[in-house]
Amino acid sequence: MKIVVCIKQVPDTTEVKLDPKTGTLIRDGIPSIINPDDKGGLEYALQLKEQYGAEVTVITMGPPQADAVLREAFAMGADRAILLTSRKFAGADTLATSNALAGALRVLDFDLVLAGRQAIDGDTAQVGPQIAEHLGIPQVSYLEGLEYDGKKTFRIKKQLEDGYQIVEVESPCLLTCLASAVKPRYMSVKGIVECFDKEVEIWDTDKIDVSEEKLGLKGSPTKVKKAGAKEMKAAGTVHDGLTPEEAVELIINKLTEKHII
Amino acid sequence: MDKAQYKNVYVFCEQREGKLQNVALELLGEAHKLAADLNQEVYAILLGHDIKGLSKDLIAHGADKVLVVDDKCLETYTTEPYAQAIYQIITDYKPSIVLIGATTIGRDLGPRLSARVTTGLTADCTKLEISEEKELLSTRPAFGGNLMATIICPDHRPQMSTVRPGVMKAMDRDDNRKGEVIEVKVNFDESKFKVKVIKTVKSEGKLVDISEAKILVSGGRGVGSKEGFEMLGELAKVLKGEVSSSRACVDAGIIGHERQVGQTGKTVRPDLYLACGISGAIQHLAGMEESELIIAINKDKYAPIMSVADIGIVGDVNKIIPLLTERLKSLVK
Repeated sequence: MKIVVCIKQVPDTTEVKLDPKTGTLIRDGIPSIINPDDKGGLEYALQLKEQYGAEVTVITMGPPQADAVLREAFAMGADRAILLTSRKFAGADTLATSNALAGALRVLDFDLVLAGRQAIDGDTAQVGPQIAEHLGIPQVSYLEGLEYDGKKTFRIKKQLEDGYQIVEVESPCLLTCLASAVKPRYMSVKGIVECFDKEVEIWDTDKIDVSEEKLGLKGSPTKVKKAGAKEMKAAGTVHDGLTPEEAVELIINKLTEKHII
Repeated sequence: MDKAQYKNVYVFCEQREGKLQNVALELLGEAHKLAADLNQEVYAILLGHDIKGLSKDLIAHGADKVLVVDDKCLETYTTEPYAQAIYQIITDYKPSIVLIGATTIGRDLGPRLSARVTTGLTADCTKLEISEEKELLSTRPAFGGNLMATIICPDHRPQMSTVRPGVMKAMDRDDNRKGEVIEVKVNFDESKFKVKVIKTVKSEGKLVDISEAKILVSGGRGVGSKEGFEMLGELAKVLKGEVSSSRACVDAGIIGHERQVGQTGKTVRPDLYLACGISGAIQHLAGMEESELIIAINKDKYAPIMSVADIGIVGDVNKIIPLLTERLKSLVK
């Protein structure tokens, strides 16, 4: 079986802070990681490889430094790594990103495509289903459990707000995975040593099967009109030094005033 | 593309097992405002099987027209039949705007559709407006809620956006509103239906949806233990509200994920949000700052939660909450 895992390098947003003076992001010194949901997808791929034998290819679109997440994937056990990098990919929204990845997948052989449900820097959850649409293959999103019959059929536990679903789909298909459902393995020591000797294939737009108008800024239907810090609502009052009894009185008065009690 | 051909505001009105999702009604309320600014109409898209009866609810909540596709293959949601039905509606009716609730279903369907139509889709918007040029302005949090970005879709139609449940407000029900129900026949290509639902399992126990609660007593690291949350539960019971939580306590396994407020949990806007021992990371604030009344109790007077609270109290939750519960009990009597 051939599995392709789509991964993204993201800043560890739990560490992102705002500059209190300018209201802009402080990006310096923030570590980059494999997006957690994508890492979940990679773990599922490696488990299938162990149980049934598979070639696992990881692919990412990004700047040259995204090489780091591909090496990490090597160290976890991936067999092949492809970095889509070119100025022509820059400025892509989700649709243009999915066009690039689908363009690469068209020239790769695959039985299964795994992706994360969403990336922590964008939270859109769009790129996986969009890739599936471009390739004309079925998708199952919000995967939190995966079984394979060793032949063609995947049985998936799919998360819902109020429970879960069990669904079946045959390869080829695309599944988007949840980080919370699986514990990704650590890089092996041997893997870490060897990952720097392995080749990360660098692909430009000429290597993939998609027209250039569909890529980058040009291929992006959405544009950012403006971005800025959040408007904060008018500050309330902060009471310091009240006794617990006084605090309770204050709360009760407010709840009465607002007709909550 | 001739953008002038594309008119009206469409809402995908999600139902599950014949029950409309609240987010559908919330989006109709928002669509009603947008349509008024455009001087156009609100179309509800209703897909399912034996669901025509829901049309009157959609009209009462703001729909001018209801497009119903009733088919056995739409009974339980799977991506492809739903995508085919809405794709046909988009092709035939040419909407200017399509709004979709950002549920697990909407977030599965929306991107599939946007790729099929080749248009833009803005995820998880917190604010929708019409610009002077009559374009849709979709504002959403970016970088984990640290920044707000306003997104436009200038050259493609329809303009598509998803909105999380609890963000917009539904109109009050008005059974005197008039609307038209139109049955749409879709030519399904069943050879593309590749995903088979084996079973749907509801989570056990009484289901809580904190985004529907009018009163939330919410605990964070400062509450920090199962006992602490029992104390909050007592108070919530007296106030006839629910208990919710920040991410810290969910990650620590003290409380279930379904009660988490914030970027990776739920967006809530109750009448009262009582934040107990919650410092207020940006991701948390993004999920609750639209609440009507926010009261925060925290030991740290510089905690970010204080900046969104109507009343901030610097103090010990473990002393104040039991006292408040006792006082309220005596008042209720």
